[in-house]
Order: sequence, then structure tokens, then C-alpha cells
Amino acid sequence: MKTWMKSATTAVLAAAALLGCGHKEEAVAPGTAGGTQVGMQSGNVIRIGHVAPLSGGDAHLGKDNENGARLAADEINAAGGVRLGDKIYRVEILGEDDKADPREGTLAAQKLVDAGVVAVVGHLNSGCSIPASKIYNDAGVVQISPSTTAAKYTDQGFKTAFRVVANDNQQGSAMASYAINDFKAKSVAIIDDRTAYGQGLAEVVERVLKDHAVSVVAREYTNNKASDFNAILTKIRARQPDVIVYGGMDDTAGPMAKQMRQLGIKAPLLAGDGTCSPEFIKLAGDGADMLTCSRAGEAVEKLPKGAQFMAKYKAKFGTDVQIYAPYAYDAVYLVVDAIRRAGSLDRAAIAAAVAKTDYDGLTGHISFDGKGDIKNGAISMFHVQGGQLNYLSTTR
Amino acid sequence: MGSSLDTFFQQVFNGLVLGSLYALIALGYTMVYGIVNLINFAHGDVLMVGALTAFSAITLTQALAPGIPGWALMLMGMLAAIPVCVLLSLLIERVAYRPLRNAPRLAPLITAIGVSILLQTLAMLIWGRNYLTFPQLLSSEPIAIGPATATVTKLLVIVLSAIIMVALLLLVQYTRLGRAMRATAENARVAALMGVNPNGVIAATFAIGAALAAIAGVMYASLYSVAHFYMGFIPGLKAFTAAVLGGIGNIPGAMLGGVLLGLIEALGAGYIDQISNGVFGSNYQDVFAFIVLCAVLILRPSGLLGERVADRS
Repeated sequence: MKTWMKSATTAVLAAAALLGCGHKEEAVAPGTAGGTQVGMQSGNVIRIGHVAPLSGGDAHLGKDNENGARLAADEINAAGGVRLGDKIYRVEILGEDDKADPREGTLAAQKLVDAGVVAVVGHLNSGCSIPASKIYNDAGVVQISPSTTAAKYTDQGFKTAFRVVANDNQQGSAMASYAINDFKAKSVAIIDDRTAYGQGLAEVVERVLKDHAVSVVAREYTNNKASDFNAILTKIRARQPDVIVYGGMDDTAGPMAKQMRQLGIKAPLLAGDGTCSPEFIKLAGDGADMLTCSRAGEAVEKLPKGAQFMAKYKAKFGTDVQIYAPYAYDAVYLVVDAIRRAGSLDRAAIAAAVAKTDYDGLTGHISFDGKGDIKNGAISMFHVQGGQLNYLSTTR
Repeated sequence: MGSSLDTFFQQVFNGLVLGSLYALIALGYTMVYGIVNLINFAHGDVLMVGALTAFSAITLTQALAPGIPGWALMLMGMLAAIPVCVLLSLLIERVAYRPLRNAPRLAPLITAIGVSILLQTLAMLIWGRNYLTFPQLLSSEPIAIGPATATVTKLLVIVLSAIIMVALLLLVQYTRLGRAMRATAENARVAALMGVNPNGVIAATFAIGAALAAIAGVMYASLYSVAHFYMGFIPGLKAFTAAVLGGIGNIPGAMLGGVLLGLIEALGAGYIDQISNGVFGSNYQDVFAFIVLCAVLILRPSGLLGERVADRS
């Protein structure tokens, strides 16, 4: 009996270990490392890093970004790769998981820098992009974030930090304006998840609202791993605000909206780009149509090549676009455009070329100002209705 | 303008819901500790396995037979989760804990942590790394209970937990198995002399704890609509805190500790900024619970109702 137990245990543990190994490979490179096309096994590779949370509450968003990046790389390779001089290069995406944790973010950043990437598309969360940007700056590796909106990211003065989405100063103002003009709010409650993104966004909204004499009747905090918001929502309910503003991501906003509905709160929920995803609608259940959210860019569905991109993405990956895949897609194309203009794979040359970007991408015209922010960034507003995100308006 | 008494009642209700869940999970910790002096760190992950198993069973059934009403699906989910968790728990007990029954205290403790990590990783491999949306089975329409607003799910949590706790107390107090459990908890060797099979009793204890964890897991996932491989960690930790709060090894203690911890968390998060004059915000909700635990342990180390552990002489 005992020996049988021992062998059974060993077998189970061995199987688990093997399963573990197998799955890790699968998770890291589902797009077969950027598309190894037949006839292009020249061995000349341009390595572009991509970092996003691939596990945890934001995993669906991270995977979305990575898919967008890999789609771009596959297209570039299928179209003949990148010609520099007399060599043809293929683009390879090195994907890393930062688990939305700043500590993991810096580890992933160092790993990519050491692996010899010429540029990085990432990170997703502001809380990771900001500490990682120091590492990229020190190594001279250009970093283009497809989703980081915290103003601090470009306030640090790093010449390698860029973003293809608008920042939270703009987003927070747009949200506050919507609350004042469209919701006609006289009193608001503000909640944030105390991450760099959530806190930063909430603070901008709070400042603009106070400047317009809207009273903040409740200021509550949570964290990005919480699932029970009943206590703070009960407190907010007693103060009866016209609007509840939330700075955080969809994996917390979803349960929050649901609990708002369950507590009988009627005030709408106004939140930022991190919540504006199909996943929010799934998580919020009955409470989904309480949300009005902003996105830090144009409504991709409305752009000329938008519908085509959505269809391409769905055909290749089998799921709908969440939020930022189009921006990660453009970021990779942007890097390749910069490489072509620089004419070399030198990190400094590429970074300098990125700064001078003047590129028409899927998400619109992209050029950067002196800080690394996108010029003429747009904020679009959406409202959830009937299980869908409905486009409302765009401001610049 | 809602009165502050209304808000207080709502917070108390929220606390009762949370506390009922903690109590269910805490019972598993306390029973096991009472009998084998082991903190089963893997217990929170048994909850997670229960929730994810129910998720799979329910989504599968919904795909195959769409017309089934929500309450039936929830029942079916629990009935699917309970045997899986019970078997899992028995397997863990047999393979990981029984060989270390007479080892120094640290060995089974480390093993428990190892089992916890193993379960989380297996769950991650089977169900993926994403947060899964637990289907909404019962209506979320707000129901007024006096001044508080509730939903069917929240009421179900409170009522179901209360029924289960009463049933457990009756089991422990009035049945042969219960007597055997109490005897083994007091002194396993003497109980064996009296004709009790200690291995069987210990296995039964793990099984009962696992069944409770499975039910708690399904309720937790229904309440918050999410399930993922890491979901057992925080509830497990809080429930363990609740068990210690009430007196580890003490079954009524675990119930009291669970409900009390839920109330402390809800009221703490609701009133902490008033109490601390704005110094601490509601993001200190979790910290509050652990501070209370520290206070109890410093002032009354054996917990509120006193600990009951096996006599190791």
C-alpha cells in the first residue's frame, strides 16, 4: 500500500512538472515568435520586446496587447520583412509577463534589455511603465507604451519614453467635463484603486471638478486586488452623489458596478480607459449599463481601417479586441518605420528616429511632442447599453 | 438623505454576509487544527478548486441545456464541487499529511504551504490565468430588508451558512461521529483505546471541512462573480485569522470569529476615516482586520472562546 502511494505521488508530481514546463512555452510564444515565414530563415532578426500582464486580473488586456503586437509583426514579416542595406530582417516579438506588478515590471524590463531588444512596446499599466522607463532610459532602449496614461510617465524627462495614447491630464479633464456638462453633476463621489494609474486619474478629475465648484461628497480608496466594495459603496450611497467616479481597471470596476446595482445605487459610474472593455460588461453582469467610460484615443471602430482591423484580429485570435490591441499594433509598425528611417539597428538611432515620427497608422496620425506624449491626442467617451459599448463622442 | 442608522444597518448586513463566508471556511481550519494540530494552509485553495469546478460544471451545463433555471444550476454546481473537494482533501490528507503525523510541527506546516502552491499551479494550468466570470445565477435585484438592501445571493449566503453551522454543531454534539471527533481531538491515543479509528475520524474531519469549503467557494464566486486560480489565498488567510480570533480548535469559536471578522471589516471600512479623522482611508480595510487580530492575540492569546487543541502527551 505504501509503495503504491509513493509511486502514485511521484507520478502525479512528475506529470504536474511536465505539464508546467509545456504550458510555459505555450504561454510565451503563441504567435511563434513573430512569424517565421518560409524563405526568410535568414537569421537576421529584429527583436522588439513586449511587456504586459499575462496573468492576474489584467491578463485579458495584456494578452490583447500582445496579440496586437504579434499581428503587426506577422504582417510585416509576411510583407517581406524589413530591408536594411542589403539584408532582410524579420521582426520577432519577445513577450514578457509583468503581472501588473511594478516589481515584476522592472524585472521584465531588465530581462528584455539584456536580451538585446532594439525597442519595447509596453508596459500596459502605468504602475509598471513608470519604474520600467528608468531601466529603458538607462539602457537607451526606446519604449512606446500602447496604454499607459499616467502623466508621470512622460514627466520624468526620459528621452526614450513615448506613448501612442493620450495622457490622464487630458483624460481626467474630459471625464470631469462629461460629468459637469452631460451628467450635470453637482456632487460626486470619487474612488480610486491607489495604483499609479487609478490614483493619478482620480486626482486630475477631482481637481477639475473642484475648480468647477462641484462638491466631492465622498473620497474612498480600494486596491487593485479587491473584490468586495460593499462597505465603501454603502458609505457613498448614504451621501447620495450624482455621479460616482472610479479610477481603476475593469477587473475591479466590474464587480463594483454589480455591487452598486445590488445596493440599489442609481448614480452612474464614470470611469477611465482601464474599464472600457468588453470584459467589464461580462464581469458587471446586471450592473454593466451603469458605466460611462473614456478611452485615451479615437474610437477605433470609427476609423477608416478600424473595422478591417477588428475583423482581422478576430479571425486570427478568435476573440474580440479588448481595448489597446490597435495601439500595440501601431506601436510595432511605428518602431519598424523608425528603424527604416534610421537605417540601422542602433538603439540610440532608433530612439532618435522615433522622436521624429510622422506616421499615419491604424489609430490615426502619430507624432510626438518634446515630452514623448502623442500630439493631438483624442479622448473618446463610451456608454454601456444593451451589453455593448456605445460610442458617444470624441474630444481633443 | 439616508440616515446614518440606515447606513449602519447596511454595513452590519454586509458584515454578516462576509462573516458567514469566513465562518464556513474557518470551520475547516479549526476542526483540522483541533484534531491534528496542523494549520491546513491548502484549505483556501480547496475553496478555489470548489469554485472553479462549479464554474466548469455550470458553464458546461449551460452550453448543453440552456433552459435550466439559475437556482438549479447553483445546486448542481455545489453538488459537483463537493465530491471533488472532498476527494481532493482526502487525497491531500493521505499523501501529504498522514506520513508526517508524528514529525516535528514544522514539517507538515511547510508541506501544507507546498500543497497550496501545487493546487494553485494545477488550477492555473487547468483553468488558465485569466479571471473567469462566474455566471450570474440568481437575480441581483435589490431586496429591502428593513433599512438594508440585500439580494437573493446575499440572503442565501447568510441562511445557508447558518443552517450548515447548526447542522455541524448537532453533528459534533449528538452523533457517534461527532463524539469520536471530540474524543480524538482530546486525546487520539486514548480514543483509539476506546475503539475509535483515529485515521477514519481525521479523514472525516478533512472531508467535512472540504465540503464546507466547496460550498463557501461556490457562494463566494456567486457573490463576486469572479473565479480564478488565486482566489483562495485571501479568503483563506482571513478565515484562518477568524479561526484564531475565535479560538483555534474551537468550533463555536470559528463561527463567532468568522462573523465577528466580517463585521469588523465591514464596519471598519465604513467608519475608519471617521474614527481616525481622515488619517486612514477605506483602503486600510484589510489592515484593520489584521490589527484587530494582533490585538486579540496580545491581549487574549487563546482567542475569544479559548483554544482547544489535541493533548499531545
